[in-house]
Amino acid sequence: MTTRTIEVNALARVEGEGALYVRTEGERVAEVKLRIYEPPRFFEGFLVGRDFREVPDITARICGICPVAYQMGASQALEQVCGVSLDPALENLRRLIYCGEWIESHGLHVFMLHLPDFLGYPDGITMARDYPELVRNGLRIKQIGNALMRLVGGREVHPVNLKVGGFYRAPTPAQVAALREDLAWGLEAAAEALEFLAGLEFPDFEMDYEFVSLVHPDEYPILHGRIGSSSGLDAPVEDYDRIFTETHVIHSNALHSHLSDSGRPAFMGPMARFALNRERLTPRAAALADKAGLGAVCRNPFKSILVRMVEIAFAFEEALRLVEAYQAPARPAVEMMPRAGTGYGATEAPRGICYHRYTLDEAGMIQDAKIVAPTSVNQPSIEADLHGFVQDNLDLPDDQLRHRCEQVIRNYDPCISCATHFLDLTVERA
Amino acid sequence: MSEALVIGVGNPWRGDDGVGPAVARLLAGTPGIQVAECGGEPAELMQCWSGYERVFLVDALVTGAAPGSLLRLTAETPLPRPARHSSHGLGLAEAIELARALDALPPELVIYGIEAESLADGTRLSPAAASGVAELVLSIQSELHQRKDAKTQKGR
Repeated sequence: MTTRTIEVNALARVEGEGALYVRTEGERVAEVKLRIYEPPRFFEGFLVGRDFREVPDITARICGICPVAYQMGASQALEQVCGVSLDPALENLRRLIYCGEWIESHGLHVFMLHLPDFLGYPDGITMARDYPELVRNGLRIKQIGNALMRLVGGREVHPVNLKVGGFYRAPTPAQVAALREDLAWGLEAAAEALEFLAGLEFPDFEMDYEFVSLVHPDEYPILHGRIGSSSGLDAPVEDYDRIFTETHVIHSNALHSHLSDSGRPAFMGPMARFALNRERLTPRAAALADKAGLGAVCRNPFKSILVRMVEIAFAFEEALRLVEAYQAPARPAVEMMPRAGTGYGATEAPRGICYHRYTLDEAGMIQDAKIVAPTSVNQPSIEADLHGFVQDNLDLPDDQLRHRCEQVIRNYDPCISCATHFLDLTVERA
Repeated sequence: MSEALVIGVGNPWRGDDGVGPAVARLLAGTPGIQVAECGGEPAELMQCWSGYERVFLVDALVTGAAPGSLLRLTAETPLPRPARHSSHGLGLAEAIELARALDALPPELVIYGIEAESLADGTRLSPAAASGVAELVLSIQSELHQRKDAKTQKGR
């Protein structure tokens, strides 16, 4: 029996450091490991003993791409402990900056990290020579997302204007109105890009995922919702720790998660949100999804690039609506007094549900913290995809198989740095 | 635009990473020079230098050379790009190569690096980096003056 091993020792075009190892024996995939060797980050430990008001500035540091997710989940959990709810105007401002994060994060992945896989280039720079217009528009899309984060958050990386209870300072209506033209351009550019992407060739590969995302009756979920799934789960965010069981596997510094009931892996991120919330997309984004040939549910992980692009269009459309309705809030933040207790927060980060839980004492000191990044939850799904994909494509030579395996991982836009809180590929064939 | 643009890249809150912004601030107000500070994001850089014919980019370097020492590169030939496994940010060399691929480089682009000693928290530059900043301010000024003189002589 021949053993084959396919290895990638440092995965490219993913956020953070990880590796891949696949071993086949004869006609059977024997072992798949997504190795996350980026060291643990210890954020939960850092937070213990800190004042609750310090948390969003610390959790912002978990990620340079999706800091807002970590600030929002934390703020929500802490506001819940303190028994405070935000003024609607402040909630809208939070949704607006979160749209900026979806735009810049998805924009970077679609155009610079994922698209080269489909067009056959080693990286975005090489691709840019042959597709300058596409790359130029992609960069501008990302830049508009950054500008939105800068305006509301003070700066685009690790924003400093967000606090528990709201913001330090709200932007003026004139500053917000100045974004309108760029956002309108972005929506059209997203529509045009989606038309191009819909014409790409996608591998014929589908998986029977258990999609999990926030679900909200009135809106496509970003900041709020109950935890829903494709098998009918419907539970409050407070049940997260009961819904998921986290385990440590030796090959990853990021904890794996499985659904406690079924033991199945969960799939989070754009395809899960889309599957569970499609009818609540904004009108233009919904029409664009139809035009791109996306049915009610998309189970081909390679087509996640289309769903991400639909979500970019959605985020532009939603940001436009928020910008047009913007009036300076009566106060930039709600007054907060500490209370003892435990609070829960979950929002839809670009890569899926980002869960937070904090316990405070009467003085507002953090006694316990738990943060779960969506990439960490997605690890078993990524491994299942790799297993299925390699099994279906054993006839491919090693170098092609290795390249395809890297794509399988990039389909998830994994944020390893967040998850470790991970990619190299080894395929062993026996 | 006949004026030169000096772009300081770096985070002034992280010690010697602030050398780029420090050079830009010291050169602000010099006749014939416009200054800007930029995070180094590709689209932002391209927007920043759009319309300028002569651009100086200043950033901190960590090569193992003596702290404060200067390195001068031009974008006439492709810049070496280190192997990167992460995409949390594109490096400056990648941003410049992306701009080249998009035909969006200024006609003349000079990249100055100042070797950093410490990238710890805080706004203070190390004495070695501060002296590198002072030296670079003078050399950019003299580079521009020489060019101006050469131009004037040519014009005569």
